[in-house]
Amino acid sequence: MRISARLAQRIAVTILGGATLVTLLALVYIVFFVLEKGLEVVSVDFLLSDSRDMGRAGGIFPTLIGTVVLPLLALSIATPLGICTSVFLTEYTLENRITRIVRFGTDCLAGIPSIIFGLFGFIFFVMTLGMGWSILSGGLTLAVMVLPTIIRTSEEAIKAVPRSYRDVSYSLGATRWQTVKKVVLPNALPGILTGIMLGIGRSIGETAAVIFTAGSSLRLPHSLFDSTRTMAVHFYILAREGISTENAYGTAAVLIISVLLVNLAAYWMMNRFIAKRS
Amino acid sequence: MRTMNILLFLCCAAILSSPPGCGRGTKSVTMAGSTAFQPFAEKLADQYMSKQSEVTITVQGGGSAVGIQSAISGAAQIGMADLVILPEEAQVLTTTVAARDGIAVVVNPANSVSALTTDQIRDIMNGKIKNWKEVGGADAPVTVVSREAGSGTRSSFEQIITDISLTEDALIQDSNGTIRETVANDANAIGYLSHGLLNEKIKALLVDGQACSNESITDGTYKLVRPIFLLVKGTPEKEVQDFIDYILSDEGQQTITANGLLSAK
Amino acid sequence: MSIIGEKGVRRILLVTAFSALSALLLIALFIINEGVPFIFRYGLRDFLFSSEWKPAEGRFGIFPMLAASVWVTLGAMAVGAPLGIAGAVFLSEFAPKSVMRIIKPAIELLAAIPSVVYGFIGVMVLAPLIRSSLGGPGLSILAGSIILGIMILPTIMSISIDSLLAVPQSFREGSLALGATTWQGVYLVIVRAAKSGIIAGVILGMGRAIGETMAVIMVAGNAVKIPDSALDSARTLTANIALEMSYATGMHRQALFATGVVLFVVIIILNSLATVVIKGKVARR
Repeated sequence: MRISARLAQRIAVTILGGATLVTLLALVYIVFFVLEKGLEVVSVDFLLSDSRDMGRAGGIFPTLIGTVVLPLLALSIATPLGICTSVFLTEYTLENRITRIVRFGTDCLAGIPSIIFGLFGFIFFVMTLGMGWSILSGGLTLAVMVLPTIIRTSEEAIKAVPRSYRDVSYSLGATRWQTVKKVVLPNALPGILTGIMLGIGRSIGETAAVIFTAGSSLRLPHSLFDSTRTMAVHFYILAREGISTENAYGTAAVLIISVLLVNLAAYWMMNRFIAKRS
Repeated sequence: MRTMNILLFLCCAAILSSPPGCGRGTKSVTMAGSTAFQPFAEKLADQYMSKQSEVTITVQGGGSAVGIQSAISGAAQIGMADLVILPEEAQVLTTTVAARDGIAVVVNPANSVSALTTDQIRDIMNGKIKNWKEVGGADAPVTVVSREAGSGTRSSFEQIITDISLTEDALIQDSNGTIRETVANDANAIGYLSHGLLNEKIKALLVDGQACSNESITDGTYKLVRPIFLLVKGTPEKEVQDFIDYILSDEGQQTITANGLLSAK
Repeated sequence: MSIIGEKGVRRILLVTAFSALSALLLIALFIINEGVPFIFRYGLRDFLFSSEWKPAEGRFGIFPMLAASVWVTLGAMAVGAPLGIAGAVFLSEFAPKSVMRIIKPAIELLAAIPSVVYGFIGVMVLAPLIRSSLGGPGLSILAGSIILGIMILPTIMSISIDSLLAVPQSFREGSLALGATTWQGVYLVIVRAAKSGIIAGVILGMGRAIGETMAVIMVAGNAVKIPDSALDSARTLTANIALEMSYATGMHRQALFATGVVLFVVIIILNSLATVVIKGKVARR
């Protein structure tokens, strides 16, 4: 049976549109499911008070601190290292076999399951180096986990800056570093920011690697050597141990909203930056 | 942008490594191990810290095996393990019994079976009995749910029932809470968990005719009981010993019994 | 910067780059160092193909876990790839630009939801659904595949959209000028042109599916058994590491590292595949 091309198109569009709708519905359902059950519990009190009774009562303030501090530490270490590395690899070296191997290596490390980093962090930082379950162990492990992603996305962003920009800069007499600092990096910033955002997102959502390195203490951390719990870990423990399903949903709601806010902020910053430059 | 990052990092480092003098005390005690005892340890730690402020107590989980290992390696000053028989490597540690806990064998409330013998439990766990009708229930396949291999609850359970070689069909969950949820959601499931976690969503079976109740555990008629050990390597520091003494004190034991476990005596 | 000078800057960058790369190398070596000797001592064939995983007795066969990882990943691809690519084609070729510009970031936003949340929903909603309608314990490969598929959807969709948008507009115009409908243009020309990017996205999604831990532990049941059907419970390689890592010592721990090495190798293979696919396209042009 020959269908007319027009009919075929209509069928195709319906199916494709349907697929898109299904995807959207699934993802939106998940978000609303959690928000609906979780927002009942969320209040200013919930956000700012300490946890009591293993999380059955009280708020999630210590976990908020943990969720801020760990990714912050991880990215403070990984961002400078990552950007310096990518700048060096792209601007200061010639494309040769070594750079290709390094690129392949970082690509692979970017794809390694986080549980393996957790395994490494647990044995190396917690046990061998004796840092114990601490923000330091967790932050260092997350930094290492996120570093390959930052290197690769920064590298792609820097390579995407047109050659002509650099050529013009050099022809005006600028040195390499001046070119990098004033021409290349600013133009690569949106892409670099994407990498950082990915890193933040991964650190916030990471659970297994964090439990094994930063521990799961509900106490407010006072130093880098204290253990802490992030919201993702808290949610996991509450949900699994059946301690408090309401609080679990509440934590998940706050978690999802935080992640969405961070991403939205990133988009907004990026758009503003691009707008300013064009 | 980079200088900003470095500045940010330094600020955080400064804030986070605040001198030990401010806020909590300088001495810190870490407990790690049994997830069954963890909530109780947390509660006891909270109570203890509200009475004095020189010592900070942090509680981690990980399971009894982690408790033993971290006590040995020094990652934790006190290890918590809820095993009936401690493994060889724990011989170097000093043990103190903090509480006792019963292990309930649970099924879904819809399951018509209410009692099993130790032999039947063993056969179900080993996969020899695959259908509920073989023990007087409905004609439905048995779903065995168990803890992971490093769990004290599992080790104790297997040590008491003896001769268990878990069927490879068994679902493995990594906490008491999820075992409870799994059994509550699956009409054909059977699992085991700490008796302090029993609630109306699951049904505890009679084992060899004995119910899993506080009385039968205390007087020894219910067989599935294990002690909760606090493990310390060598001579404990003063603050460690003080906390252990607190746990064993009347007040500590009362908190324990009030929340579902049994006292050490 | 005049204090440091050009040479100084170069030196600083060299040092930082070197330390960063050394850190990464350290990890790779650490894992290899812990895992590879074990593989040699235990025997690669026994490790990969024996189905007996009984650490207490010194038996470390990861075949059930390998099989589970393969099944779950393939299942996730079966869910994620068609939906992702179909959605990408729709959004880039048929939907109005304004719609695409809202929905694409929205979907990327949803990709940022932590895996434990997905896993939790799988446990609360999906597993009981599977149990009541299809039988089995509910916590199964099917549940794992569906949840993982949804998790990698945004990745596949996003990268596919980018690849499709990168196809020059002249292709579309040319196709229309020859009298084809938009849809004919899409499946005859555009998708073929964007093929390598789409495949790269799918491979990336596959990598993430293989590496996912938490969601899988929560919904797949973790039975150490070679699965017979999608309704069986199973344990993936990553779940195995996570469940046993905290208490494993000695040979057991090395076996877990060896599992990590296996995952490492799989990722390397997948990445090489992606590179070859993309390079193939560039070469052909």
